[in-house]
Amino acid sequence: MIQRLEELKQTALKELEAINDLSNLETWRVRYLGRKSELTRMLRGLAELPIEERKTAGALGNTIRNTFESVLALKIEVLKTSSIQQVTTKDTASAARQDITLPGRPFPYGKLHPITETIEEICDIFSSMGFAVLESNDTELDYFNFEALNMPAEHPARDNMSTFWLDYENERGERKMLLRTHNTCVSARMVAKLKPPIRTIAPGWVYRYEATDATHLTMFHHVDGIAVDKGITMADLKGVFFEFASQFYGEGRRVRFRPDYFPFVEPGVEVAVECVVCHGSGCRLCGNSGWIELGGAGMTHPKVLERGGIDPNVYTSFAFGFGIDRMPMLKYGIDDIRLFFNSDLRFLKQF
Amino acid sequence: MKVSYNWLKQYVETTLPAVEIADRLTMAGIEVKNTQVIGGDWQGIIVGQITAVNRHPNADRLTLLDIELGNRKENVVCGAPNVAVGAKIAYAPIGSKLIDPHNNQPTVLKPAKIRGVVSSGMACSEKELGISENHEGILILPPDTPIGVPLVDIIGDAIFNLEVTPNRPDCLSIIGLAREISALTDSIFHEPEVRYSETTNPIKSQVTVEIQDADLCPRYCASLITSVKIGPSPEWLQKRLLSYGMHPINNIVDITNFVMLEYGQPLHSFDYEKITGKGIIVRRARSDEKITSLDGLERQLTREMLVIADKERAVAVAGIMGGANSEVTNSTTSILLESASFKATSIHYTGRTLNMPSEACIRFERGISPDLTIPALKRATQLMIELGNGQAASGIIDVYPGKIARKPVRFAKSEFQRVLGTEYRDDRIINALVGLGFECQIDVLTQGVVAKAPYWRTDINIPVDVIEEVARINGYETIPTTLLAQEIPARHPNPLTGLKRRIRNHMVGYGFQEIVSYSLVSLESLIKVTPEKKKPEPLPVRIVNPTSAEQEYLRNTLRGVLLSALQLNKSYSDDGLQLFELGKVYLPKEGDLPDEPDVLCGVLYGKRHNRWWQGESDKVDFFDAKGVMEGLLNHLNIAARFDKSNDPSLHPHTRAAIIAGDKQLGVIGELHPAVAGHFELNETVYIFELNIPALLPHIGQKEYKPIARFPATIRDIALVMDAAITNQQVLEIFKGFSLITQVSLFDVYVGGQIPAGKKQLAYRLTYQSPTRTFTDEEISKIQQQVLKKLTSELGATLRA
Repeated sequence: MIQRLEELKQTALKELEAINDLSNLETWRVRYLGRKSELTRMLRGLAELPIEERKTAGALGNTIRNTFESVLALKIEVLKTSSIQQVTTKDTASAARQDITLPGRPFPYGKLHPITETIEEICDIFSSMGFAVLESNDTELDYFNFEALNMPAEHPARDNMSTFWLDYENERGERKMLLRTHNTCVSARMVAKLKPPIRTIAPGWVYRYEATDATHLTMFHHVDGIAVDKGITMADLKGVFFEFASQFYGEGRRVRFRPDYFPFVEPGVEVAVECVVCHGSGCRLCGNSGWIELGGAGMTHPKVLERGGIDPNVYTSFAFGFGIDRMPMLKYGIDDIRLFFNSDLRFLKQF
Repeated sequence: MKVSYNWLKQYVETTLPAVEIADRLTMAGIEVKNTQVIGGDWQGIIVGQITAVNRHPNADRLTLLDIELGNRKENVVCGAPNVAVGAKIAYAPIGSKLIDPHNNQPTVLKPAKIRGVVSSGMACSEKELGISENHEGILILPPDTPIGVPLVDIIGDAIFNLEVTPNRPDCLSIIGLAREISALTDSIFHEPEVRYSETTNPIKSQVTVEIQDADLCPRYCASLITSVKIGPSPEWLQKRLLSYGMHPINNIVDITNFVMLEYGQPLHSFDYEKITGKGIIVRRARSDEKITSLDGLERQLTREMLVIADKERAVAVAGIMGGANSEVTNSTTSILLESASFKATSIHYTGRTLNMPSEACIRFERGISPDLTIPALKRATQLMIELGNGQAASGIIDVYPGKIARKPVRFAKSEFQRVLGTEYRDDRIINALVGLGFECQIDVLTQGVVAKAPYWRTDINIPVDVIEEVARINGYETIPTTLLAQEIPARHPNPLTGLKRRIRNHMVGYGFQEIVSYSLVSLESLIKVTPEKKKPEPLPVRIVNPTSAEQEYLRNTLRGVLLSALQLNKSYSDDGLQLFELGKVYLPKEGDLPDEPDVLCGVLYGKRHNRWWQGESDKVDFFDAKGVMEGLLNHLNIAARFDKSNDPSLHPHTRAAIIAGDKQLGVIGELHPAVAGHFELNETVYIFELNIPALLPHIGQKEYKPIARFPATIRDIALVMDAAITNQQVLEIFKGFSLITQVSLFDVYVGGQIPAGKKQLAYRLTYQSPTRTFTDEEISKIQQQVLKKLTSELGATLRA
């Protein structure tokens, strides 16, 4: 029996050595370690042996079994490694390799419109400063677009905002509905509707009766915002624009405040940002001024707050507004605003 | 507005370079768009005098000039015809920068021999100096011009192109701007000295003025100048008008224009002899009244407009333009000079309605001070005596029914901190305001500020107006930069904003390109989306004053813009197209602002994938569109179904309404071939549309259910049924069995062994219990019940 075990061991190990692939290995395992293998049979038959021999043969049989299991495990490991090696190294001729420069399966791809992206970016920045994003109607009442903003009928500032009027007459035969000329009307609505503290911005289309050319359209995008609270100052307005410019145009971008006039603010401000191209040294883009006009702003006029039912002696407020379309125009060097809105994919797919 | 720096310097003593002035003005709120410097390049060019004119030995049309330059003499060759001994000219030495008259480019004057004679420098034409296009002859300077001084000191200038904001009518004048510069640069300002003698009978005995509509005319002043001689105005005055861009007419008209530019007060001169009854009446126009204005056009007036009339007729549209019937002509000898104040809104209305944005109108409509009338009137009267040889009647007429005493503005000094976030020292506040002509005091004890604005500053009424002036003069850069310190207000985000963003991102992920298009469209583009080009009912919102028929209506659908986009892009490429827009449509509402719901509209067209190296791609079909909709609705957690639709723009065989609960959320389908034809689309178009606000109530909460612990059993069944039965009907049957947790259709088959009029649908059913493992027998039992129901309700049988 002991001799038979030794022979079995020799044969099995020799056979194992010759095996080169995993399927033959399985055959080997069944033959030498399986339930019906000779080793198993012999170990089962130990009981019939005399006690002395049983002890020796039993120990030997178990040792052989352990040996078989460990060399098998080792062999599996070796074969797996070598088979991976074979797959990855065999036949290095170029034909067997993928031409990874062939184009991939063409999934259709689409992109967000550059104006949508810009609006989202602007909204995210103001959201991070605590402003709520609002949307409102493009069509508006004369009251919110003009009167509530200190521009009564025949105010000369209305001339800078030539207006489209809707074909609606009220019972007095007046045309009082229009396409908003700025989004400050949304701020006027918020002042009338909400109680301070208020911090809102409103992006969207605005409309002006103007001749169309490469830099002017009858409709374009604006974002307007307002903050009302106790203790809000023009220094805070500067801070908001400083923060916006840093986030939108890049860290450390300088912002310039210059006096300007809008009937709904006092003091009024024109906000300019350091030129994106020349960083203030002057170039063609900024007309050699080093600054790019961003928009208008100021401390909300006390009359505007009063009209909305907010006491200007208790609360202060700033308001601002700027055009959106010019921002991606400057960013990408686009010289014709009309490209954004004529749906030409040769243009839109570039963003 | 174009303003000459030289002219400004007559009133304000400054020697700062023009660019510096431009920068100070801009940074103080009066924007200088650009500055045109005249003579900036004239280094070395000086005034000379011709002392001899000799013939050129080799050329008939050239002369040799001896030029006296004060400390030296030069000889130059000259081709100009207007040379004369004694004339003062502009002499440019070799090396001067001049404009080459042949190509308009700047060039440097080089030493040259002209027809054999050396010319040491040049006598310049206006064109060569860059002043004008005149190259007919050389520039001849006034005889009293000193010799040897730099030319730039004589005729150099800078023209500021200014943009004055509507609140500063005072800055629509040289004096107003000079005052501003004086305050900004701390330099001395002086007003012109006005003095003249009144030599004829009192004006009151010669003319009367009656203001009938004082609400529109707070003040009317007039003077009378007789024995005037009409003729051209002197050159200095013409030059001033030209620098602004106005053309000289005659001395009287030029004086009224000059004083308007100088003071900002529009004036009007009537031919006194043409005033019937020698009486001026300021009144509203009669309803059918007409007047021919100075520009020769007949103007129809209305009751809302103010006129200046005599006893019989209107002689001027008040504040806008004079009438031809009382015009000053060459034979005029007596001038009735008007300097009045009119209500700004009335002038704005009249100017706008008559489309006459005259220089006078621009000033009046911004609200100039009634106190400006007298100084301007006296200044013009003086000039008419001096330059028109006239004689003034004694006294002036001053009817002033609208006099309002302006109160000083009072506020606590702490307002600076409250509004600006910074404080100023008392002297900085006072200096800034006094420099602008204010009277200002700060009470040491109460820290109260009292500021009385000068009469010309009609825009100063409340404390913030004064605060802005102080900030402006000290510079906005003195205001610090701080971050909002207040608590962030409660925000109530509009759920639509976030929803739209999710949908957009989702559509882009599905390979759709976003477009953004105009909301103003033509009616034609809106009716093209129906097969028979039907006018929409109700008609979309119309604009009263569109710029063109192309932008006359607010769109009530997005279909037109997307189909137009397909039409445009298919002409560039034969790639498949997948486009969407998420934007507003505008739906009219009786007597109220229109509804403006956001709508998602998408189109699919042509190839499913672009051409690829592993074979041609298929074309998109209805199920591509449906897959996108199902995916989007699933993403939004909306349980919706597809049901019958009667949308006329879609193909009657392939169209569906997207429904949740009992509300229609949108539609999907194949575009009606007739509509595709209207947009010249020769491939089949698939289109879908969702009303975004309608989605909101159907967005389900996300819920977690534990993953089933017991194994699922999968059974496939193939069912044969009438071809008219829909998949949905079969699904409804499966839905009745709660243990069927998942159903997927994996085959639809018609023909072959399936009888005509029938079809086969094959489903994979997943049976699963949350509480235990099924045995095969149990499954078979349930499936028997399912089949029974399918047979009894739909006539469907298991395939043999």
